[in-house]
Amino acid sequence: MGSLKTFKPGGVHPAENKLSKDRQIEILPIPKVAYIPFSQHLGAPAKVLVNRGDQVKAGQLIAKGEAFISANIHSSVSGKVKKIDNVIDTSGYRKSAVVIDVEGDEWEDTIDRSDEIKKDITLSQKEIIDKINAMGVVGLGGAAFPSHVKLMVPDGKKAEVLIINGVECEPYLTSDHMLMMEKGEQILTGTKILMRALGVAKAMIGIENNKPDVIEYLTELAKDYEGIEVYALKVKYPQGAEKQLIKALTNREVPSGKLPVEVGAVVNNAGTAYAVYEAVQKNKPLFERVVTITGKSVKNPSNWLVRIGTPISDLIEAAGGLPEDTGKVIGGGPMMGKALTSLDVPVVKGTSGILIMKEEESDREIIKNCIRCSKCVSVCPMGLEPYLIEKTVMIEDYERTEAERVMDCIECGSCQYTCPANRQLLDYIRLGKNIVGQIIRTRSKK
Amino acid sequence: MNDVVIFAVASLGAIGLIAAVILYFVARKFKVYEDPKIDEVEESLPSANCGGCGFAGCRAFAEAAVNQGNQKGNLEGLNCPVGGNDVMAEVAKILGLEVEEQEPLIAVVRCNGSFTNSPKKVAYEGANSCAFAHSLFGGEGGCPFGCLGLRDCVVVCNFDAIHMNPETGLPEVNDKCVACGACVEACPRDIIELRPKGKKGRRIFVSCMNEEKGGIARKNCKVACIGCGKCEKVCEFDAITIKNNLSYIDPAKCRLCRKCVEVCPTNAIWELNFPPRKPKPIKPAESEKPTEKKETVTKETVLDAKAKDKDNRPEKPGTGEESGE
Repeated sequence: MGSLKTFKPGGVHPAENKLSKDRQIEILPIPKVAYIPFSQHLGAPAKVLVNRGDQVKAGQLIAKGEAFISANIHSSVSGKVKKIDNVIDTSGYRKSAVVIDVEGDEWEDTIDRSDEIKKDITLSQKEIIDKINAMGVVGLGGAAFPSHVKLMVPDGKKAEVLIINGVECEPYLTSDHMLMMEKGEQILTGTKILMRALGVAKAMIGIENNKPDVIEYLTELAKDYEGIEVYALKVKYPQGAEKQLIKALTNREVPSGKLPVEVGAVVNNAGTAYAVYEAVQKNKPLFERVVTITGKSVKNPSNWLVRIGTPISDLIEAAGGLPEDTGKVIGGGPMMGKALTSLDVPVVKGTSGILIMKEEESDREIIKNCIRCSKCVSVCPMGLEPYLIEKTVMIEDYERTEAERVMDCIECGSCQYTCPANRQLLDYIRLGKNIVGQIIRTRSKK
Repeated sequence: MNDVVIFAVASLGAIGLIAAVILYFVARKFKVYEDPKIDEVEESLPSANCGGCGFAGCRAFAEAAVNQGNQKGNLEGLNCPVGGNDVMAEVAKILGLEVEEQEPLIAVVRCNGSFTNSPKKVAYEGANSCAFAHSLFGGEGGCPFGCLGLRDCVVVCNFDAIHMNPETGLPEVNDKCVACGACVEACPRDIIELRPKGKKGRRIFVSCMNEEKGGIARKNCKVACIGCGKCEKVCEFDAITIKNNLSYIDPAKCRLCRKCVEVCPTNAIWELNFPPRKPKPIKPAESEKPTEKKETVTKETVLDAKAKDKDNRPEKPGTGEESGE
């Protein structure tokens, strides 16, 4: 195993802490009230289709994504629309959402609820993309980019290879791991569907070497699927980032500011492949997903199949309740996740995990002066100089910030993780990205 | 020996002379005419280079003033907020023009979400920058419109005019404020507004920016504007408008009667630098009741009042409560 594939440059290896890796996916009871936000994806919020008092079924379209980059939202429960209101989101701001009082569990009749695995793909390329669009499938890795947009290759470009991201490089999270273990056939069929949608003959599944059981299982299964190959990757964060995974698997570098299709690659998450399978073969919209609930102090770190719109407090309850010494509850993994300001926040399409941190491990340490050790430079997977970007943002020299390619930053947090002086590198880089992004937008308007 | 000294002096003198002649003609050739008034105007300006006038420093303002004075013959739209009317009068004098007196402005912080009014629910540890925190989350007190308390306005102030009050966690503006507007720009939540200073510094404003529905706003902050509309009704000068569950007092129309302050059920409207209220001698009972919190009107007092005066007294608190919701 001496020469496993991986990306260069940079990367870190935080403690893996995959506490819930042997826990099978359990089904979380349906919540009493579901809060389904209209904007669970990147792009424009979906436009609401239901009114107060309407009866809805699980799987019914309740908001339509009309803009080019947007996605449909379906009801995840059956019941009555209580109200359409602003509901607190992960950041503490209020965003509009449908609040549904749950009554029973009635699904749309069109959804195939049988356990049978349908491997035959009958639809054409265009039909598949339309179906994925209609079923509201978005990237389930975290950024929640609408999947149908990803599959529409721009004119003049050609996709050559589909990459399925089974890396799950974030510490603690195991939702993709368990999904790949339990739904291997479905994910491979989903991969086949995606290959047809893109018109490519080759698919690569990248899995980090800390999941040997999945690698073995999927390699065995993939023998029956033409064109799909499974690759074991060296364990290194942030290998699950799109550009880093392309580099690791194909040794191609996506040029600055360009899309992956520039080098002929399209990356989709393993969870997305499963959602695509369910959408295309089973007619099931994306209204539930696997979420890991974990943390060192959590009684029962586990993986759950959760309806979109379930409050996170329900999930925490299922894992044995909120430990007393909790310092932070994080939506996502410890590296890229965001601390939540409220436990009433609903699970959305992009929620891959909930991490509960003890008070003593959650506090940031005292900030000291930069000692010019250049560790941040050596771990940056995009080849940036984080300390320099931090400085330029601090002195508000945004032209320099832009010249230092701040927009290339993927916000993986490796720099801040590795910094011995505990500098708030990523904070300032994000601030710089915000401001430089605004500057670029106003400039392009002129 | 002498020869050497004479040669050196002569040759250097000759070079100097030739260079002087060249420089003279070059200077003549490339001379840029600049109105001498620009220098004069610049002299009269405060040299704060704060950008409060909208130009890149005092020199740029002086150029703009002289150009506009020459072309249009007026100074409309130009104002040095730092210097105020005195400086503008001097500028006008230099240019031989007249200038309208402008009402002096001052920055006003429209948030009262102090530690006691809006207790912290979460702790923030990130970069010490309001702009960053604003992009990240709703705020420690939970109000997505309120002050984040991370000092962006304090850092940007060139005049030592805005400081954090450690007890409340809110910025406070002092008399040094010249209304340059730097803090207004810096605040990511547009909490700070430039409002007329008012006679004797008397000002009335709504100290809240929360556009959420009343109940939600009050959950996060005791003194939030709930958009109940009482102030709008009581205002005789149409100075108050309610938009998005938030009241706004137009300083141009406000006549500082303070009626709105009295009726506000959440104390969201602030009065500054007013003398203490005189208790109204004629109807002491009525003038006190609405300013006090509604909760103080207990059943007993209502019943007592009913027993004493069946028609009038109990009406007042009763109606107040209904329209408040």
